[in-house]
Amino acid sequence: MESIKIEGTPKTPTVKFDSLSGVLVIRGRSIPENSIDFYKPLIDWLDSYAEVTGEGLTLNMELEYFNTSSSKCILDVFKKLENISKQGTNVSVKWHYEEDDEDMLEAGEDYDAIIDIAFEMVKVEEI
Amino acid sequence: MERKNIMLSFKGEMSAELLTSILQIIENKLDLFGESLKVKKRMFNIMVECLQNLHHHITQPAKDAGKELPSVIVMVAKNVTGYSIITGNFVQDKEVGDLQNRLEEINSMDQDQIKKLYKSVLAEGKISEKGGGGLGMIDIARKSGEKLDFGFIPFGEEKSFFSLNVKVK
Repeated sequence: MESIKIEGTPKTPTVKFDSLSGVLVIRGRSIPENSIDFYKPLIDWLDSYAEVTGEGLTLNMELEYFNTSSSKCILDVFKKLENISKQGTNVSVKWHYEEDDEDMLEAGEDYDAIIDIAFEMVKVEEI
Repeated sequence: MERKNIMLSFKGEMSAELLTSILQIIENKLDLFGESLKVKKRMFNIMVECLQNLHHHITQPAKDAGKELPSVIVMVAKNVTGYSIITGNFVQDKEVGDLQNRLEEINSMDQDQIKKLYKSVLAEGKISEKGGGGLGMIDIARKSGEKLDFGFIPFGEEKSFFSLNVKVK
C-alpha cells in the first residue's frame, strides 16, 4: 500500500500513512469551511486500502480542534475502517486527547459508541 | 457590559481570511488572560461554529441607492462570569420559523439530552449542501452549557436580523 503525506495547514490536519508500520496519523486542527474537499482523497484512499487485505492498520487521531463540518467526515473515515476491519484486517483506533480536554475525550467516546471498533483513549500532555 | 471588556468587535463582510484573523486575535487574548485549556478550547470551538455559520448563511439585504449595509456583526466580550460571543446576520424571513424552532428545541433540553441529540444527528444525519449537517447549533449549545440567547428583528424586504449570544464559562 502506498504511503500518503498531506501537510497540515492552520485549518486542516496533517495526514500521514507509513506503509511499513501500517500507522495512519491525523494530527492538528480540522476546521475547514468545506471538509468534504479535504477528506475525500483520504476516504478514497481508505477504499483502495480495503481492497488490500491482510495488513493491519492503526489510526492515531491526534486532533487539537475539529469543527462540526469535519465531524461527519471523520465519522466516514471511521466507517471505512469498520469495513476494513469486517473484511478481516486488524484495525485499531487510538483517540488522543489533551489532559483536561474533556470535550475531546467525550467526542472520542461518541465515535466509539457509533463505530464497531474498540477505541483506545490516550491522554497526552499536549497535541 | 462595559466597553473595556470588549475583546473584539467587527461589523462588515465576513470572509475565510477574516475568520482566521478573528480566531487568532481571540486565541492570543485568551493566552494573555492565562485562561485554562478547557475555556480556551471551548471558546475556539464555539467561535469557529458561529463564524462559519455567518460565512455560510449570509443573506444580504438589497443595497439601496448605493448604500451598502453591513453584512454581519461579531463581538466577543469578557464579563464577570465568563465570556460572550455575539454574532448577528440577516436571514430570509422564510427561514426564521425553522431556525427559531430548532433553537427553542435545543433550549428546552438539558445537557444530557443535547449530548444524545448530537450523537444521533452525527450518526444518522446527512451533510447539508453547506456542509453543516445541522450539528453546528447543537455543538454550540453543548460546549456553552448555557441556554442560547437569540432574537429576530424584522428588517423588511423579507429579511430579518438574527442575533445570537453564546455564553462561555
